[in-house]
Amino acid sequence: MRNFIARHQAPFLLMVLLGLIAGATFLSANDSLSVTLTEMFIRVIVVVGLYVFIGNSGIISFGQIGFMCIGAYAAAWATADPSFKQIMLSGLPTFLQDNQYPFLVAIAGSLVLPAVAALCLGAAIMRLSGTAASIATFAFLIIVNSVYSNWDSVTAGVSSIIGIPTVVGPWTAYAFAALAILLAYLFQISRFGLMLRASRDDEVAARASAVKILRMRLAAFVLSAALVGVGGGLYAQFLGILTVDPFYLDLSFITIAMLVVGGMFSLTGAVTGVVAVTAVVEFLRFLERGVTIGGSTLALPQGSQEIGLGIVMALILIFRPTGLSRGREIAIVTAGVPKGASAPDTPALSAEPQRAAR
Amino acid sequence: MIQFLQNLIDAISLGSIYALVALGIGLLFGILRLINFAHGDFITIGCYALIVPSADVTARLLIGAWPWPVMIPMICLIVVIVALMTDVLVFRPLRRTSSPTLMIASFAVSYIIQNGVLMAYGSRPKAVDLWSGANTQVMIGILRVPMLQLITLVVTLVLMVAISLFLKKTSYGVQMRAAAEDFRMAQYLGVRGNVVIGIAFAISGILAGVVSLLYTTQSGSLSYTMGVPLALFAFVAVVVGGMGSLVGAVVGGFTIGFIVTMLQAYLPPDLRAFRDAFAFAFVILVLLIRPAGIVPARSSFERV
Repeated sequence: MRNFIARHQAPFLLMVLLGLIAGATFLSANDSLSVTLTEMFIRVIVVVGLYVFIGNSGIISFGQIGFMCIGAYAAAWATADPSFKQIMLSGLPTFLQDNQYPFLVAIAGSLVLPAVAALCLGAAIMRLSGTAASIATFAFLIIVNSVYSNWDSVTAGVSSIIGIPTVVGPWTAYAFAALAILLAYLFQISRFGLMLRASRDDEVAARASAVKILRMRLAAFVLSAALVGVGGGLYAQFLGILTVDPFYLDLSFITIAMLVVGGMFSLTGAVTGVVAVTAVVEFLRFLERGVTIGGSTLALPQGSQEIGLGIVMALILIFRPTGLSRGREIAIVTAGVPKGASAPDTPALSAEPQRAAR
Repeated sequence: MIQFLQNLIDAISLGSIYALVALGIGLLFGILRLINFAHGDFITIGCYALIVPSADVTARLLIGAWPWPVMIPMICLIVVIVALMTDVLVFRPLRRTSSPTLMIASFAVSYIIQNGVLMAYGSRPKAVDLWSGANTQVMIGILRVPMLQLITLVVTLVLMVAISLFLKKTSYGVQMRAAAEDFRMAQYLGVRGNVVIGIAFAISGILAGVVSLLYTTQSGSLSYTMGVPLALFAFVAVVVGGMGSLVGAVVGGFTIGFIVTMLQAYLPPDLRAFRDAFAFAFVILVLLIRPAGIVPARSSFERV
C-alpha cells in the first residue's frame, strides 16, 4: 500500500495543491482574484494538454492553441443564444442554430471536434522529424487562425460571438483541471505513455524494441488536442464572448513559457509552471498599477509584464533548462523499500534527454 | 497572358523579399540549428531605427532623413548590434542545448523585442514616408512594373552574389561553411565557433536591415508586429526549401512568393480571404512529400 501511494502520489498532490489555492480564493471572496484563478485553472488544463504531447514525445508543438480555438468555437456554437446564431452564424447547421445545449454537451463538443481534427492532422504529420513536425504544427495554427477569422457565416469572422452563458467559475474550472491532471497521469504511466517516453529519450532504440512510434505519438497528439480543446470550451463559457484573436502567437508563447518554466518533461512541471508564471505575471501587473511608498507612487511602465515574462523564460532556459521541477514529479511520501534498492518513486523519468550538442 | 506576366513579376518581387528574410533565417539554422523566431523582430527594429528618438504620434525621420550612403549602413549597424546582443545574452549561454530549446529561446527573444518596441513607441501604427519616389511605375514593353520591385530584385541578387562570394572566397566564409557541415569537427580543426556564429548573426542582421528598408518603403507604415508575418512566411520558406541549405532558403522564398501571389490572383473571390490557409496547407503538403525540402542539405540526413 505504502508503495502504491509513493508511486502514484504526484497527481493527487498536484490536485490538492490547486485545491488549496482555490480554497484560498473562496475564503478571500475577492472577485478579481476569482477571475484570475478561473483563468489560471483553465490554463492548467491547456498546459497539461500541451504536456501530454510535448512532454511525452519531446516534439515541440506550436499548434495546440489552434485546438483550443476549435474547442472554444465548438462550445460557443452549442451554447450561444439561438436568436444571435440565426442572424450572425447563418452558415451553421440548423440543429446548432435553433437550439441551446447544456454545458456538458458543449464540453463534449469541444472535446470531440479538436480530437477529430488532431487525428486527421496527426495522421499526416506525425511521421515528420522533430523540427519539421514543429513547423507543420505551426502552419496548422496559422491555418486555423486564417480560417476562423475569415469564415464569416460560421465564426462571425473578426467580430465576436456574444451571448454564451457564463457558467464557468473557479470550482468548475478546478474540477476540470483535476480531471485533466488525472487523465494526463494515467496516460503517462500507461503502456502508450512509457513507450512514447522511450522513443523521446532514444528514438532508434525504441524503434528497435518494436515501439510503434507513430501510433504512440498520434495517441498523445489526439489526447492533448482533446484536453486543450476542453480548455478552450471552458474559456468560451467563462468569458461569455469569443473572438479569434486571443488564440494566436501570444497565447502559444505564454502556454509554452509556462511549460518550459515548470519543466517540460514532468506533469508536476506543467502544473507548477502555470502557477509560477501566473504568480509572476500578476505580481508584475501589480507593480504596473503602481506601489505607493511614502506618498509617491512608483509604477513600472506598461509592457513590463510581458518583457518580464520573456526575461524570466530566457533565464530559466539558461540557468535551469529542465525547469523548476527539474523533470521530476512531486513527492512527499517515499517508497518503503530497503536502502540501497532502487526506489521507483517516479515513473521512468530522466532529466532532459541529452541530445548531441550541435 | 499579360495578366499572368504581371502576376509573375509580383510573385518574383514578393519572393525576393521572402528570399532575403529566409536567407537570414537559413544562415543561422545551418550553423546553429537555431530557428530564429526573432528574425522578424530584427526587421521591426530596423524599421523603427529610422525614427529612432522620436516617440511622437506622427513619426519624424531622423536617421531615415540622412543621405542614403550614410543611412543604409547606419540602419544595418543598429540591427547588427541588436542581433549580436541577442547572441551574447541569450543564445551563447544556450550553445549546448537542443534545437527545440533554442527555438523556444528565440520565441522569448521575439516576445521581449516586440513588447520593448510596444513600450517605447505604443501600439498605434505610424505613417512614414521613406523614398516615396521609388513607388513610381516603369513601363517595360507593355508591362507596368513598380520601380520598387525592380530595386528589390536587384538588391536581392546583389546580396545573394555577395554572400555566396563571401562564403566561397574568404577564409571566414569557408570556416562558416565548414561549421554548417559539422560544427564539432570544425571546432576541432581550429574554427573559432563564437566568431563564426557572431559573423552569421551579423550577416543575418544586415539582411534584416536591408529588408526593413525595402519593406518600409513599400508599406509606408510602422507597427510593432510588422516583422512577424514576414518571418512566418520565411520560416516556411526555409523549411520548404530545405533546412540548412542556403540555396534552398532562396528557392523556398521564391516558391512561397510565387504560391502566395498566384493564390491571390487565381483563387475564386469567396475563397481569397483564406489565402494564407491555403498557402500553409501547401507547406504541410510539401513537408509530407519531401520532408527534407526541395533542395535538401547534404548534412540533413540523420546518422545513427
